[in-house]
Amino acid sequence: MEKQLMTFHVNGETQEVAASPTHTLLEVLREELDLTGVKHGCELGQCGACTVLVDGSPMLSCLMLAIEAQECEITTVEGLAQGNTLHPLQQAFAERGAAQCGYCTPGFLLSGAALLAENTHPTRDEIQVALAGNLCRCTGYTKIIEAVELAAERMRSVSEAH
Amino acid sequence: MTTRIFGSGIKRREDPRLITGQTRYTDDFQLPGMVYMVVVRSPHAHARITSIDISAAKASPGVVAVFTGQDVPLPGVPCAWLVPGSDLKTPAHPVLAKDTVRYVGDGVAIVIATNRYLAQDAADLVQVSYDVLPAVVNPEDATKDGAPLVHDDVPNNIAFRWVASSGDEGVDNAFNEAAASGVVVQERIVQQRLLPTAMEPRSAVAQWDQFAEELTVYSTSQNPHIARFILSALTGVPEHKLRVIAPEVGGGFGSKIPVYPDEALTAWASMKLGVPVKWTETRSENYQVTIHGRDHIEYVEMAATNEGKITGIRGKVYAGMGAYLSTAAPGIPTILHGLMYSGAYTIPNIRCESIGVMTNTAPVDAYRGAGRPEATFLVERLVDRLAAKLNMDPVELRRKNLIPPFENGHNVAIGLTYDSGNYEGALNKLLSIVDYDGFRREQAAARQQGRLLGIGVTTYSEICGLGPSQVAGAVGFQGGLWESAIVRVSPAGKVQAMIGASPHGQGEETTFAQIISDELGFPVEDIEIVHGDTDRTPMGWGSYGSRTTPVSGAALVLAARKVKEKARAMAAHLLEASVDDIDYADGKFMVRGSPDKFKTIQDATLMATLAWNLPAGMDPGMEASQFYDPPNFAYPFGAHAAIVEIDPETGTVALQRYVAVDDCGPQINPMIVEGQIHGGIVQGVGQALCEGVVYDENGQLLTGTMMDYAMPRADMFPTFELDSTVTPSPHHPIGVKGIGETGTIASTPTIYNAVMDALRPLGIEQIEMPLTAPRVWKAIQDARAKGGA
Repeated sequence: MEKQLMTFHVNGETQEVAASPTHTLLEVLREELDLTGVKHGCELGQCGACTVLVDGSPMLSCLMLAIEAQECEITTVEGLAQGNTLHPLQQAFAERGAAQCGYCTPGFLLSGAALLAENTHPTRDEIQVALAGNLCRCTGYTKIIEAVELAAERMRSVSEAH
Repeated sequence: MTTRIFGSGIKRREDPRLITGQTRYTDDFQLPGMVYMVVVRSPHAHARITSIDISAAKASPGVVAVFTGQDVPLPGVPCAWLVPGSDLKTPAHPVLAKDTVRYVGDGVAIVIATNRYLAQDAADLVQVSYDVLPAVVNPEDATKDGAPLVHDDVPNNIAFRWVASSGDEGVDNAFNEAAASGVVVQERIVQQRLLPTAMEPRSAVAQWDQFAEELTVYSTSQNPHIARFILSALTGVPEHKLRVIAPEVGGGFGSKIPVYPDEALTAWASMKLGVPVKWTETRSENYQVTIHGRDHIEYVEMAATNEGKITGIRGKVYAGMGAYLSTAAPGIPTILHGLMYSGAYTIPNIRCESIGVMTNTAPVDAYRGAGRPEATFLVERLVDRLAAKLNMDPVELRRKNLIPPFENGHNVAIGLTYDSGNYEGALNKLLSIVDYDGFRREQAAARQQGRLLGIGVTTYSEICGLGPSQVAGAVGFQGGLWESAIVRVSPAGKVQAMIGASPHGQGEETTFAQIISDELGFPVEDIEIVHGDTDRTPMGWGSYGSRTTPVSGAALVLAARKVKEKARAMAAHLLEASVDDIDYADGKFMVRGSPDKFKTIQDATLMATLAWNLPAGMDPGMEASQFYDPPNFAYPFGAHAAIVEIDPETGTVALQRYVAVDDCGPQINPMIVEGQIHGGIVQGVGQALCEGVVYDENGQLLTGTMMDYAMPRADMFPTFELDSTVTPSPHHPIGVKGIGETGTIASTPTIYNAVMDALRPLGIEQIEMPLTAPRVWKAIQDARAKGGA
C-alpha cells in the first residue's frame, strides 16, 4: 500500500513520517522513529510489552494503527523522564530492583505511570489490576508492585508539599 | 578490610539503560542494506512433503530470494549432550525439512525480502503439498508397538534409555521389604509441558563481510561462545572469523541455550546473499518452535519403614523429547534429573530409569530448573504421600529423613557429593516464620467449618553451578563447563572485567562489579563488566544451570586476586618495602606499622603500566586472566511453605502466603537474590496452578498464544516472605552458590502439596497439573459423589 505522510507528537516533539496506513503504531515507532524502547512481545495485544501512552492513556501500540494516533500526544519510555530527571517510577524501579532482563520494563513503566497520573493513593489491588495486562517472566511482579507503591508515596509527598 | 560492598543491595548498574529505553536488543539493530527472513513452517505435525512451489513467492514484490531444504547445504543442527550408556539415537535435525515434517512449526522454506512485511506476504505464497501422516504426541503412548514413528531410524520412538542406580539389588530388596513389612507409596505424575516464554522472542541479525570473510551474528543467546562453536561447524566460517554478539537479551530461562535452525539459516542467508539478514520470531513461532520444558510421565514410588524412615525411591520416566533432540535435551531428564532423587534426604536405595521419547511436538530442552524441578516434585510429592499413609505430620517425616548438617561434602547413594548443607536449619527458620503449629490449629478449626485450608512444606537441595568439565565429559556433554575471566586495569585506574558467561537479566554487571570492588577496592562506578560478545570476551560456556556466579564468578575472583598480588608487589617496590611487609585495606597498600606510607591500587597500576621502574622480573601492565574449572557442583538448598485456601464452590485456589528460606551461601547483592527467588517462585507456581501446553491428538498446538497459555499475572500473588540461611560452599573462593533456579525447583511441589493438604478431608490424593479451578472443582465434585466429606 502507498505510504502516506503522517504527523505524530511523540515525547514532546512533532515528527513527520511517511508510513503505510496499514502499519501499527508499534511498527512506526520502532521502525520509522527508531524508538526501540517500545518492545514487541506478541503483536496480538496479549503481553503489554508495547504499551505506550496516547493522550495519557496506556495503549497497546501493536493493536493501534499509527494513522489513528496522529494528532495525539504519544509518550514512549524514551520520553518518560523530564530532561535529565527520571520519572519517580523509573527511579523507584531502580531502587527496588524491579527490572531484570528489562524487556517488559518499558510497558510496565508506562502502565504504572498512567495509574499514578490518576491516582497517587493506589491500593495494592489497584496496582495489581493496573498491571495485570503486562506480562513479566523474570521478576515475579513483586518488586514492580513495590516500585509503584514507592513512587506513589513520593509523588504524594511532592504534591502535598505544593 | 574495613568496608565491604559485597552483601549490599546496591542498585543495579544495568538499570539506567533499561528503564529509559536506551539499549539494544537483537531485533533493535537495523543495518544498512538489511533484508528480512521469514521461515515457512509446517502446519502439520507429521507429513511427507510431496512438492514445494516457490514460483509465486519469488515473483512477489520485494522478494530477494526463496530457498527450500534442497537449496541449503548446511548440515543439521547437532545435539550436544550425548548421554553415554543409553543407546542414544540422534536422528538428523535438518535446518529445513526436505521430505518429512515432524511437528507443527518445522521449517520447510525461507523467504527473504526487503522488509519483513513483504517477506511474510511472500511466505504465504509458498505452496507446499503434504501427505499427512499419523502423529504421536504423548510420550508414553509413543513407545507402544504400532505407534507412528517420528523417525524411521528410532524404533518405538525411544531415543535413549538411561538408568542410574545405587544398586538394583538393594533397591529391589528395599521395596520388597517395605511391601512386606513397611509401606510403599506410588504415584503416576504428569509433569506437563511448559512454555519458557522469555518476553523477548528469539532473533538473529547476521552480517557477512565478503572481503574480510568475517561473519558477525547478533543473537538472542545465553551462551554466545557455544553459539559461535556450533555456527562455525555449520557454516564453515572458522571461529576466529566468526563473531557472535548477544547484546541485551530479554530473558532466556533455558530457551536461548540451543542453536536452532533459524539462527543458522540467517547466517547462511547473509553469506549467500552478501547483505545483512534479520530474522525475528513471532510469539506464535516462539510457542511452536522455541523449545518447551518438562513433559514427563513418571511412575514413581517410595519405600519406608512403619516408623517413617525412607528406605528407597525409584522412578520410571517417559520424557518427551519432541520431534528432534535439541542441544542439551538428553541430559535434562537423565543427569540433571535422576541424580537428584535423594533430594535433601538420606535415602539408601535409589533408582531412576529415564526413557527419552520422540513425539511429533516441539523439541523439549532445558527450562528453568531443567530436570531438577521434576525430581524435586516427585520426591516431595512422595514424602507427602508417605506422611498421609503413615498418618504422620509431613514436616515430622521430613525431619526424620533430612541429611544432617555438613560443611564439606556429603555423599548420597546415587553418587553425588553435595558440597554443604544445613537443611534442618532452613526448615526450622521456615517453620517459625510460618508458625506451623499455629497454622495446623487454625486449619483444624477451619476444617470444622468445612473450609479447605492447606499447607505445603518443601525441603529441597539442588545441583547447580555446572560443573566440573571432567564430569561434563563423563556424562557426555559435548563441551567443557569451565569459565574464564580477564581483569584489566587501565592506566587511569578504571577496571574492565571480561567474562565468557553471558548474563541476560540476572544482574551480574552489578554483582560482579561488587566482587571486584570488594577484592580490589575500586569503587563500583569504576568497574565495567563486559560480556556477551565473543570478540571482546574470553571463552566461556554461558549462563544457564545457575552457573554464572558459581563458575564465572570464581574465575573473576581469582583473576582479581592475581591483579591484587601484582599491585601489592608493585606498591612494595615503590614503597621500598618487602612484599611481606605490605598490608592491604580498601584499595591501599600500606607499609605495616606505617599506615601513612601507602600506595593506592591506582598508583600501582599507573606505575606498572608506565613500566619506568618495575621490580625485577615483573611484566608491565595491570591485568590478569584466569580459567576456572570448578571441582564440584554447587548445592543450594532451602525450605519453602505455601498456605492456600480453596473455594469449594468454584475450585479456585487462593494463595494466601508463600514463605521461602533459601541458602545460596553468602549473598553478594540481597536485592538481586530476592528478585531471582521471586521470579523463580512465580514460574513454579505457574506450573502448579495455571500453565500447561496442550496439543490435540493430531499434534496441533492448542495453546499457541498468550490468551491460550496461562502465564502468571501481577494480580495472582500475595507478598512473598523471604528469608535465608548462609552456608558457604566449601569449594568456591568466596563461598557462593547459584540462586537462579531454586524458586522453580521448590515452589511447584510446595503449592501442589498445599492444595492436596487442603483437599485431604475429601480423600482427594491427586489432580493433574495445572491445578486450575475447573480441575479442582471436578475433583471435589467427584470426591463428594463418592461420599467424601
